[in-house]
Amino acid sequence: MTPNPSTVSRRDFVRVGMAVGGGLLVTVYGCGPKDAAAPLAGGAGLFEPNAFVQIDGSGNVLVLSKHLEMGQGTYTGLATLIADELDADWSRVRVEGAPADAKKYGNAGFGGMQGTGGSSAIASSFEQHRKAGATARAVLMAAAAQQWGVAAAELTTEPGVVVHAKSNRRADYGTLVAAAAKLPVPETVTLKDPKDFRYIGKDNSTPRVDAKPKSTGTATYTQDVQLPGLLTAVVAHPPLFGATVKSFDATKAKAVKGVVDVVQIPTGVAVLGEHFWAARQGRAALTVEWDTSAANKMGTAEIMAEFRDLAGKPGIELRKDGDAEAAIGKAAKTLEATYEFPFLAHASMEPLNCVVHLRKDGAEVWNGDQFQTADQAAVAGVFGMKPEQVKINTLYSGGSFGRRANAKSDYVVEAATIAKAIDGRAPVKMVWTREDDTGAGYFRPAFLHRIKGGLDATGNPVAWWHRIVGPALMEGTPFMPPDGKDPSSFEGAADHPYTVANVFVDSHFPKTGIPVQWWRSVGHTHTAFAVEMFIDELAKAAGKDPLEFRRGLLAKEPRRLAVLNLAAEKAGWGTPLPAGRARGIAVHKSFNTYVAEVAEVSLEAGKARVHRVVCAVDCGIVVNPDVVRAQMEGGIAFGLGAALYGQIAIDKGRVVSNNFDKYRVLRQREMPVVEVHMVASTEPPTGVGEPGTPPIGPAVANALFALTGKPTRKVPLAV
Amino acid sequence: MATITVNGQAKEVAADPTTPLLWVIRDVLGMTGTKFGCGIAQCGACTVHLDGVPVRSCSVPLSAVGAKKVTTIEGLSADGSHPVQQAWVELQVPQCGYCQSGQIMSAVALLESKPTPTDLDIDQAMNGNICRCGTYQRVRAAIHRAAEMKKA
Repeated sequence: MTPNPSTVSRRDFVRVGMAVGGGLLVTVYGCGPKDAAAPLAGGAGLFEPNAFVQIDGSGNVLVLSKHLEMGQGTYTGLATLIADELDADWSRVRVEGAPADAKKYGNAGFGGMQGTGGSSAIASSFEQHRKAGATARAVLMAAAAQQWGVAAAELTTEPGVVVHAKSNRRADYGTLVAAAAKLPVPETVTLKDPKDFRYIGKDNSTPRVDAKPKSTGTATYTQDVQLPGLLTAVVAHPPLFGATVKSFDATKAKAVKGVVDVVQIPTGVAVLGEHFWAARQGRAALTVEWDTSAANKMGTAEIMAEFRDLAGKPGIELRKDGDAEAAIGKAAKTLEATYEFPFLAHASMEPLNCVVHLRKDGAEVWNGDQFQTADQAAVAGVFGMKPEQVKINTLYSGGSFGRRANAKSDYVVEAATIAKAIDGRAPVKMVWTREDDTGAGYFRPAFLHRIKGGLDATGNPVAWWHRIVGPALMEGTPFMPPDGKDPSSFEGAADHPYTVANVFVDSHFPKTGIPVQWWRSVGHTHTAFAVEMFIDELAKAAGKDPLEFRRGLLAKEPRRLAVLNLAAEKAGWGTPLPAGRARGIAVHKSFNTYVAEVAEVSLEAGKARVHRVVCAVDCGIVVNPDVVRAQMEGGIAFGLGAALYGQIAIDKGRVVSNNFDKYRVLRQREMPVVEVHMVASTEPPTGVGEPGTPPIGPAVANALFALTGKPTRKVPLAV
Repeated sequence: MATITVNGQAKEVAADPTTPLLWVIRDVLGMTGTKFGCGIAQCGACTVHLDGVPVRSCSVPLSAVGAKKVTTIEGLSADGSHPVQQAWVELQVPQCGYCQSGQIMSAVALLESKPTPTDLDIDQAMNGNICRCGTYQRVRAAIHRAAEMKKA
């Protein structure tokens, strides 16, 4: 049996006075030493110097992660920061998701809301978590100094041990926690000189904390939560976005063995069963009549036709340097291209799900929760409670790529409405099937980029005119600016780095009736594609090598230039390749991380085949080299699948590509060899979860362009 | 009531014979290492062995199991000591981890039939296991590593 971590809350454990210490690591959610509601039995077995780290009587270290672990390695990264300054023994470090509490666990990158995204975890926690570790170490040393009657300045530490070299005395951290818990925690502390880092930047010094549970089937995801009396709910969703339930007949559904109840909720009809299969069969037997009068009935073909129409009309101006139209009129050579990008699903391996238990005095949620502050408020809203009455247990999430941070908390709210519809008489695990997950939308929006360029007689670009058409995905979120200019539509395009005297960029933000959302690397998914493909088209028109052409336009961009040069050098840019192969290059900055990629591509049966990708990344100080490597490998695979095959087809409002047979993703056979090279840096660390994705599409497209001489301006490239 | 053999133990299961083996394993037996990904045998997250042969348990009805021995991720080892699991940890394969039980079960079956697989063998045998985090390169490397470990 998979252990269930949450059947009884840990707070309850503490309240009933369970002995602490002796090797039992107890998490006391929300109960600091000053929390009178939580008397610690034994009183002395746990040292909690701050919200992020706890040490028990056996010297085990628990790190509470304010960020969701969805594969990006944040548990390992955050714990590495603490462990380095704490001088912890890595083999005794464990990590759990922190409770929902924005005051303690807010994300500076999210305006203080608690949530995970924007490749912000390490960047926003670098100082904070090092300080958390360093202050804990300082108090443990103070406790040892007190016990031994020596000056703290004479003490040093080794992993998990305070050492007094003069008297040859050693104390395991565990033996000091009782005394440490009584000492004040210093407000300020001196952080290590980076040359003294034990773990930060040291390859393989802190292997992933989640590798073993994820290799033995013991890691607990939302899908795996088991509670006494738990019911599983499968929901009949509308066939079209915006349709609603007109009527339903549950007679046959209720006749299915194991079906317990059928209830209408705002988003459809939920069938509750003793287990998934009963609920799923019950849903199949359900008859629902839908009101589609207000539903979206447009398909992707009609939406793209509308975008093409808008591309001919002036939009909202975003950037104007000089006079691009006039410069194009006078240019020696001009070029125009229109690039089209489809809707994309996140298609995480764990289909969306959420467990909610409504009780008289509050509610409890178990979820791979990416946006705790929003979800907590939304669930509280459903139940008419205060947010603090909703406890969220953040579990591992089987991917997300942005989907689990929904500004409307769509799937979490749906689970709550089911719990409410049965008056909380049982905990409810809402499970979406793959078709539900993909069919519910919140896609990476479709986009169109129309770009015109002008070159002077020497092949130097003198004008860049750029119109972007696509829905504002921040619409309806706390991140939408009041002026309606959604930055996620043009980030990486309106501010493209190439030196061109005359630049004009405008944008249309059409509403499509299709729910849209951020998707790994957000706007950069299409802006990098368009800008980097057009640069190659300009280079060709100028008769220049794409690498040389870029170099000439990036003199003011040293970090971008450095990754470009590193990737080119390691890829052997300009050296001969086997017949039928070509290289393409692209460079892009996203979330303050610079990435360049070179792809080696051939054609097999007329379709692109990617053999090798060389990646250079500058993410400032590297915290976990192997996690950076893994995120580049993964970001490339994610972007490559989308570039070659990804597209959501919608026909008359209905999502057609709703499972992996129709929504093609990258598979093992298509995975190129990926080499990752990191730039040594002393700049503050920046994120790596997303920045590996943007350059791969254009690098592959540019290789195809080099191979065939013809640009591919419609994505996906290999369909 | 049917009796099936899971990880060497006979289990009595009260479930409709049409219930997919996946949901018998997860919801009736409470073993959650085997994952639900697509329900139509397209992603491989639910891979288990039937008499050593990898199958997509989401698409195998209980009635088709009969006397065949079912092996799940929990049946490989109690402590992660199976060479494939060790190689997975050593090469830091998992990211989100949700597909990895299925990846590992497919890899174990591959190594049983081909103790020294080539990259091409791996790509063919593993092509039915989707990983959205893109751990494919490490899956390839870890299978080679496990092959070495099994011979050592």
